[in-house]
Amino acid sequence: MDFTFNEDQLLLQQATRDFLEGECTPEWVRASWESDTGRDPAFWKRLAEIGVPGLLVPEAHGGLGLDETDWVLLLEEVGRAALAEPVVATAVAAAALAELDDPAPAAEWLPRVAAGDARLAMGHAASPFVADAHVADRLLLPADGALHLLPQSAVSLEAQPSNDGSQRLYRATFAASSATRAADGARAAAILDAALDRGALACAAQALGVADRLISLAVEYAGQRQQFGVAIGSFQAVKHMLADVKVALEYARSHVYRASHSVARGERCRAVDVSMAKLAACEAATAAAKTSLQVHGAIGYTYEQDVHLWMKRAWSLDLAFGDPVFHRARLSSAVIDGALPAESFGYSPQGA
Amino acid sequence: MDLRYTPEQEAFRKEARAWLEANAPASPLRSFDTREGFEEHRAWEARLHEAGWAMVPWPREYGGRGADLLEWLVFEEEYYRAGAPGRVNQNGIFLLGPTIMEYGTPEQKARFLPPMASSAEVWAQGWSEPNAGSDMANIQATAVRDGDDFVINGQKTWASRGAFAHWLFGLFRTDPESSRHHGLSFVLVPLDAPGVSVRPIQKLNGKAAFAEVFFDDARVSAENLLGPGGRGWNVAMATAGFERGLMLRSPARFQSTAARLVGLYRDAVRRGDPVSPGMRERVARCWMDAEAYCLNTYQTVSRLLAGGKIGDEASLNKIFWSELDVRMHELALELLGPRAELLPEAPAAGDVGGWLEGYLFALSGPIYAGTNQIQRNIIAERILGLPRK
Repeated sequence: MDFTFNEDQLLLQQATRDFLEGECTPEWVRASWESDTGRDPAFWKRLAEIGVPGLLVPEAHGGLGLDETDWVLLLEEVGRAALAEPVVATAVAAAALAELDDPAPAAEWLPRVAAGDARLAMGHAASPFVADAHVADRLLLPADGALHLLPQSAVSLEAQPSNDGSQRLYRATFAASSATRAADGARAAAILDAALDRGALACAAQALGVADRLISLAVEYAGQRQQFGVAIGSFQAVKHMLADVKVALEYARSHVYRASHSVARGERCRAVDVSMAKLAACEAATAAAKTSLQVHGAIGYTYEQDVHLWMKRAWSLDLAFGDPVFHRARLSSAVIDGALPAESFGYSPQGA
Repeated sequence: MDLRYTPEQEAFRKEARAWLEANAPASPLRSFDTREGFEEHRAWEARLHEAGWAMVPWPREYGGRGADLLEWLVFEEEYYRAGAPGRVNQNGIFLLGPTIMEYGTPEQKARFLPPMASSAEVWAQGWSEPNAGSDMANIQATAVRDGDDFVINGQKTWASRGAFAHWLFGLFRTDPESSRHHGLSFVLVPLDAPGVSVRPIQKLNGKAAFAEVFFDDARVSAENLLGPGGRGWNVAMATAGFERGLMLRSPARFQSTAARLVGLYRDAVRRGDPVSPGMRERVARCWMDAEAYCLNTYQTVSRLLAGGKIGDEASLNKIFWSELDVRMHELALELLGPRAELLPEAPAAGDVGGWLEGYLFALSGPIYAGTNQIQRNIIAERILGLPRK
């Protein structure tokens, strides 16, 4: 039993943070919002050089071969920087490719993903939209209980503009055939379930970084902004709002780290652990958004100020890979009805 | 990160479970806030101690089991699973004990820890005074050195377990010229010393849970000074860290409450009692929050075992567990509906159990060990770095 991260994991996180702090500035994020695709292949290539898209890709396919306990630390930094590149879409689809019975698609696409030469996207049952489909070289899409692997040219995409300029959503339609089918039956269902959990975990991890950034922005502003002759951060009304968000963030962190372990090891309580992580982290992020906005006051309400970059990320992460209604229902059905496995950590009641 | 128990930890769990199943009292003891209940709980502590389970993370020479903090968590999980009695000496074993371990002399450790582990000596806390509550640095009670003794004058209040305890630990002003956090010392005081008088105070439920303690030229040996004289504030903060951050409220306490809450909800639905639509998700959310507290505690313990210390983040814990406890009990009372106000002896009480009593106790959580408003100030100023003024 050891609930700490090792030095390598923390170094990887720090390196990612340093890189994104320098390269993925708020100006860069704003520029991506204004651009046509919102994505930059050259930047993607640079992310590959520090291991971002290839983190989960097995070493045999040129990746780092790490697992989700490493990945969440990196994603926290992605959230902190509000990075818009298709890190999650690609990783989730790549992991699904690796789970197909046919090893050929993984052999073809995973090395390209790790090298930063390919991007992927995947649909799943908890959302009618596919994120980052417009830049995906291959898409994995569900239809009638089966999973289909398609080149982008075989998919018709209808853009769904989002409140979050970083979010690029599409409704994807395609003609399913035996030629496009990559998995069906229980196999397809298991791959889709795993993709949903991996994606929800990734959103939760990003939400930690988003929440932390929103708190930092508010603390910095409250320390500088003077009213009544003192910094507004000296007022208890301001302090206590921010303290509450900090409590929510740190307890969400515990859920996210535990869920990363459950996903990495395929624990039987994976689905519930992920739902708890997603709910807690996105709640912390949306609360941090609201609080940060309030602390900033009118200036925070402007498009010019940066708070909304993270606020809108918090909102879109909350909806991605299962919205709160989805995850609350999944949690309740497990805890109340026993419809899914849920186990207390450490503690087991009498008769259980 | 590896969240699996080792075979040794599993074996430890098995051993604890077997002993508790065979030995935990079949029916609840009387409240330790009554004289009879206090003695029943001490007798239970003596049994625990005899079998080596009283304070598992302490060294054997002091009456412990020589286990580590992870095994302590496992033991607590089994303790709550067995529904074993509340710990009458929790101020001693969970709060003062670790502080003596850190600051005590070898003589003090040998003198105080073994009878603490067995509850031969039960401890009360003496922090608050009539004018030193949230503003604890306003402590006025004095302990003035006179030869080999301290002469103590003043008053402490809200001394938990004060009504029946044998000893009290607390902060006293040893430098009469000092103010605020300076010039305070951490002193251990026998409550039967001449010049000490104890007046029990009834809490919300009418029981004598805490006490006022008056000191009128009470003399205690200078050997009862814990840690450096005049630096008692720092010693007390170490105790507060354990209190808020780890040992006072182990996660299994809240996980077991959450499990009972889930059971209460299921029973209500099974019986066809009216439940409002949001209750189901609120119950599940309480269960989830109890899990968060547990996971966070495992993180803390892992960090401590890797050489870390408990710091200001203890304030995060204190807010989280105390407010969770209130939420869970409020929801339970809502589920009980019109029976929520019934005392267990009411003929129609049915399965009301200890929820009302638990609720009254839960309400003290956001107040004791530093109010949650003070904790929010600590988080804002020391963790987030917001300006004090």
